[in-house]
Amino acid sequence: MSAPSPGLPAIEAPPVESLAPTPSRRLDASALLKPHRIVLILVALGLVVWAALSMRWDWLATYAPMIAAGLWQTLLILVSTTILGFLLAVPLGLAQAAGPWFLAAPATAFCTVIRGTPLLLQMWLLYYGLGSLFPLIPEIRDSFLWPYLRQAWPYAVLALTLSFAGYEGEVMRGAFKGVPRGELEAGRAYGMGRWTLLRRIWLPRAVQRALPTLAGETVLQLKATPLVATITVVDLYAVFSRVRQDTFLTYEPLLLLALIYLVLTAILVSLFRVLENRIPARR
Amino acid sequence: MAPVSTADPIPVAVTGLHKRFGALEVLKGVSLRAGRGEVVAVIGGSGSGKSTLLRCINLLETPTSGEIAIDGEVLKLKSDGHGGLTPADGAQVRRVRTRLAMVFQSFNLWQHMTLIGNVVEAPIHVLKVPKDEARARAEALLRRVGLYDKRDSYPAFLSGGQQQRAAIARALAIQPDVMLFDEPTSALDPELVGEVLAVIRDLAAEGRTMILVTHEMKFAREVASRVVFLHGGLVEEEGPPDAVFGAPKSERLKRFIQSIH
Repeated sequence: MSAPSPGLPAIEAPPVESLAPTPSRRLDASALLKPHRIVLILVALGLVVWAALSMRWDWLATYAPMIAAGLWQTLLILVSTTILGFLLAVPLGLAQAAGPWFLAAPATAFCTVIRGTPLLLQMWLLYYGLGSLFPLIPEIRDSFLWPYLRQAWPYAVLALTLSFAGYEGEVMRGAFKGVPRGELEAGRAYGMGRWTLLRRIWLPRAVQRALPTLAGETVLQLKATPLVATITVVDLYAVFSRVRQDTFLTYEPLLLLALIYLVLTAILVSLFRVLENRIPARR
Repeated sequence: MAPVSTADPIPVAVTGLHKRFGALEVLKGVSLRAGRGEVVAVIGGSGSGKSTLLRCINLLETPTSGEIAIDGEVLKLKSDGHGGLTPADGAQVRRVRTRLAMVFQSFNLWQHMTLIGNVVEAPIHVLKVPKDEARARAEALLRRVGLYDKRDSYPAFLSGGQQQRAAIARALAIQPDVMLFDEPTSALDPELVGEVLAVIRDLAAEGRTMILVTHEMKFAREVASRVVFLHGGLVEEEGPPDAVFGAPKSERLKRFIQSIH
């Protein structure tokens, strides 16, 4: 180290190994062109061609508009319940990680009940239970909410939102607790109040840590959406049930349905990967 | 505003500080002053209370009793009902903390922000400095600590020495009256210590008020205007570095200096 001159210290950059952000796990062309991969790709293509040629797809044109509407319904439910559920999960996680007992205890109770009972049961309790009580109460029947409460989707959205909140509340509890103490201390040492600390340091750090888990949970949420069909909401799954009843076909609609969910999952996973890669991590 | 005693009040004046963690009394009545432009090095063995003392100054730890005055402004503390104290005025604590910049042993950079993000964070979101101004100042500070090229890197991709230099830039960004260094080189590999000490030496040379808790005795002797030796939660000896290191009066200090060399 050379002697520092007054004013500006002469600092030599220490030899540090190349620390370029790790590139995201991406499939490039050369990785796909391995012999075993080529074989598998050909097998898959063969299956698709076989399915397209030898199975019956004449119903597709008739039902395409319904499928599109069902897909839209499923996406709407997925996006709204994950966003609303996450907004609930943040205070639920925070209360459990750092709240006083009178906030932490009900939050823990909520997460335990939600995670400890089947989603289908919660949805039915809300729709067939709460939903059948409401019409008996004149104040509710006369209120501006009634046009909504007499439909099925508000109960579907509520049940899926609460479910997501319950699971993610637990995830966020861990994420909040996992943020290094020193980083929070630094925030306080630089004059941040509680709100600024939460908004600028604690929450973004916790979300960053929770993102891989949240990605998986959102995929699970997508695959929980078909349950809404049991309370008369016409989502993607309900449309394909209708196709099966009308056409007496079994495999064709189910295979197409599976393919659509698979594609949606792939899109979700890559969206989350983009989010995760916004802040490079050392692996 | 709290009473301001003189035209140029003492930046840090700590009087009769006690700190107890359960049954363990870490500080047993410590007084410490840092005058304008003074570099006070606090030395002592592990468990002597030196880090606790530093952390009490910006109330990261609340003392059990005692008084802390920053620039002549006494920090308002009230009883916590369990025989200790707790800050009485949160706004005062936050305001005073922006005049004291702390550099931590383990850097504590915010890992989700780039270096420049770390440096502009407190100026923009605490001091409400306009973004352009904060950014320009941050770039100058990162250039000064030799990290301008790394301004868009995330802390996890940097060496410990680079992270600590960035943490010093973050501290300077709030234009503090006093800098508090909590063993700034203790977590570093030996070959990275020099680059951090060079930055601190430079700050000392420009007449900043600093309190430096350190294990680097040679460095303390070189940059400090006064050295305070803590032992068992009390100030055992204090004075100019040449006196403390060259002619220690206390037996414990003699032994401590020998054990270090």
